[in-house]
Amino acid sequence: MALVAAALVTLVPLQAVADGEAVATRLRVRDPETGERTPVPGVRIVVSTSDGEVLGEGVTDDDGRFEVAVPQAGTYRVELDPATLPEGISLRDPDRVVAEVDVLEGQTGRAIFALVSGDAQQVGEGGGITLRRVAQLTVEGLKLGLFLGMAAIGLSLIFGTTGLVNFAHGEMVTWGMLMAYFFNFYGLAGAFGFMAGWPAPFGAGMNLIFAAVIATAIGAVTGYAFDRWIFAPLRRMGASLIAQMVVTIGMSIVIRYMFLFAFRGTPRFFKDYTAQSGLQLGLVEITPKDLITGALSILILIGVGLFLQMTKLGKAMRAVSDNRDLAESSGIDVQRVIRFVWTAGGALAALGGVFIGLSEQVSWNIGFRILLLIFAGVVLGGLGTAYGALVGSLLVGVGIQVSTLFVPTELKNVGALVVLILALVIRPQGILGRAERIG
Amino acid sequence: MTGIDWGFILNQTLARSLDLNAAVYALAAVGLNVHFGYAGLLNFGQVGFVAVGAYGMGLAITLWQTGPFVAVLMGIGFAVVFALLLGIPTLRLRADYLAIVTIAAAEIVRLLARSTALRNVTRGAEGLNEFIGPFRELSPFNPSLLYGIGPFQYRGSQFFAIVIGWVVTLLTLLLVWQLMRSPWGRVVKAIREDEDAARALGKNAYWYKLQALILGGVIGGLAGMVLAIGNATIQPDFFVAPLTFFFWLVLILGGVGRVWSPVVGSIIFWALITFVRNLGRAMVNEGLIPTSIMDTSQVDQIQFWIVGVALALLMVFRPQGIFGSREEMALDAR
Repeated sequence: MALVAAALVTLVPLQAVADGEAVATRLRVRDPETGERTPVPGVRIVVSTSDGEVLGEGVTDDDGRFEVAVPQAGTYRVELDPATLPEGISLRDPDRVVAEVDVLEGQTGRAIFALVSGDAQQVGEGGGITLRRVAQLTVEGLKLGLFLGMAAIGLSLIFGTTGLVNFAHGEMVTWGMLMAYFFNFYGLAGAFGFMAGWPAPFGAGMNLIFAAVIATAIGAVTGYAFDRWIFAPLRRMGASLIAQMVVTIGMSIVIRYMFLFAFRGTPRFFKDYTAQSGLQLGLVEITPKDLITGALSILILIGVGLFLQMTKLGKAMRAVSDNRDLAESSGIDVQRVIRFVWTAGGALAALGGVFIGLSEQVSWNIGFRILLLIFAGVVLGGLGTAYGALVGSLLVGVGIQVSTLFVPTELKNVGALVVLILALVIRPQGILGRAERIG
Repeated sequence: MTGIDWGFILNQTLARSLDLNAAVYALAAVGLNVHFGYAGLLNFGQVGFVAVGAYGMGLAITLWQTGPFVAVLMGIGFAVVFALLLGIPTLRLRADYLAIVTIAAAEIVRLLARSTALRNVTRGAEGLNEFIGPFRELSPFNPSLLYGIGPFQYRGSQFFAIVIGWVVTLLTLLLVWQLMRSPWGRVVKAIREDEDAARALGKNAYWYKLQALILGGVIGGLAGMVLAIGNATIQPDFFVAPLTFFFWLVLILGGVGRVWSPVVGSIIFWALITFVRNLGRAMVNEGLIPTSIMDTSQVDQIQFWIVGVALALLMVFRPQGIFGSREEMALDAR
């Protein structure tokens, strides 16, 4: 290898690295529910040599970082003062306040302290399989499945009518969630400054219910705009489906990181209805907000079903989904149907996002994290079918929650991938799909 | 206020366009080129192959104390198994099923690697750090010296990986070039153009696509191993989903379906990203961008915006990339 390298370039050993060695640590705590990592500032850290000579001490900065330059390579002790940890955050292993760090020449050695937030202890806790737990998890699974279903129907119908898999659908979910958060806290005055002095729904912050309505409307407009100004022109240009798919990927990345830029990485809660105590209904305990959002999503999904069955536009949507050329030749305005599917899909995804934000947390990347679950639901139910997407999402939701009886909570999404792959092996057209050309 | 140091920015830009990351991205994009450019497979989870290759190599050393060469073979083996797992269920179906399954599987690999359940194996979010010894022993360079190519300087510990990275890239390019000229390559390209026609001629399209998926995946795995050796650590959170699309941009920049495109694309990509990042940081530090709009930690997010926008625009307006030919890219999903 040395000979090859020498043949390619001339190697000139320059001066030795004099000032490279350092010891650093970065304290962050991972939220077990969302996977988000939040920096832990203000914790006292002492760095010393293995003989106990103190080389530096200080507190972690706003980013949770602390760094001290050390004179040479070697082994150093990094001690964390647990008394300075913020309320509700502790060391996973309370005895491990000292980390030994090997610093290589010219490199920074990193001390790692595993921190947990107060309620993290439940992770990995077994508890046995009881009827009560099964019932509770099933209800939670149905709730998750309903919320997923609201997003999944749009994804599936867009695929059905255009053949396009929209990888930016998760961002449409996040968009609804963030818009509801914005209007919940800042009201219309946040968007139109002159309203600042006006009373509640216009001035500083509005009730989440109004905010959710506005967010849904914005979701609809966004879906419309996506089709009107991005995908309809692409179809007219004759861009291939692969090109369009890569465009949705590009949009997904840009939008997601714009959310991060505007909202920052720390997950937050809506202003209203966050802390609620659960109601005991038979075997299960459920918070009023989950009960109401669950019931609302059932009503909305029934409404979508009725719309697809009863109305002319709904029938046209199913016809285009079924066979686009046949629908077009029988006089259906396919472009109008597609425009409507995007609009309705955007609204449903946005409202689903509000519900998810209410039942969990508001964060910038939740849409991407649930995209896998949406895909699993849509493929399981049958890509391109509306009812299939709903059935698949419910199955995935319940399956994931109930699986936490057997697997650690943090791994529950792995189950969705297993479902996805098994569905493709056993019944690739999905539960409600019709077998087309396979192989 | 000392003004923007253009010399520093330009030096960084050129140095980064040749260093470890550029080699790793080029290599991962060579794999993608085999998948998408030659076989027409939509792999949206190349970062999963990169992660699996790196972990395969790292685990071989930390768990079973193998030598470095056995470890590399393990990494390759992991990538092959991953390709089979994703390919067998999906390659008989429409092209977008592979896209869905790969993007999902890549994220699952990361979640599994960082999970507390597998803590004893993969060391959770801390990642693997104790595998580098055997590779350090192989390195002919002194880790505490700086090595220079022209005006650019790299640490000895990294320089070894940079050299390996580019050598492996060149060897892989030669292999891909020869393979694609061979009868095998012609069949793969024929399947990309018209699968039914290839099947009518008696070619087992499924089997050829699976072979292409494995080959490109293994090349992605090699990229992961080079990365691990260069960074002396394997951290699960490095392998985030957008990375796959950095590789895609590298590939499309250089021109899909051309042998040299990943190398050209990677050099352009890293020059661009480093330039923007350093210029952004300098402008924030100099107060040209007020911190109320953006602070230095947010400057790094700009790269995601650039990648997203560039990917979408290139795919629509110039899918053949800077040097590719348009005819090679008349693909469709159905």
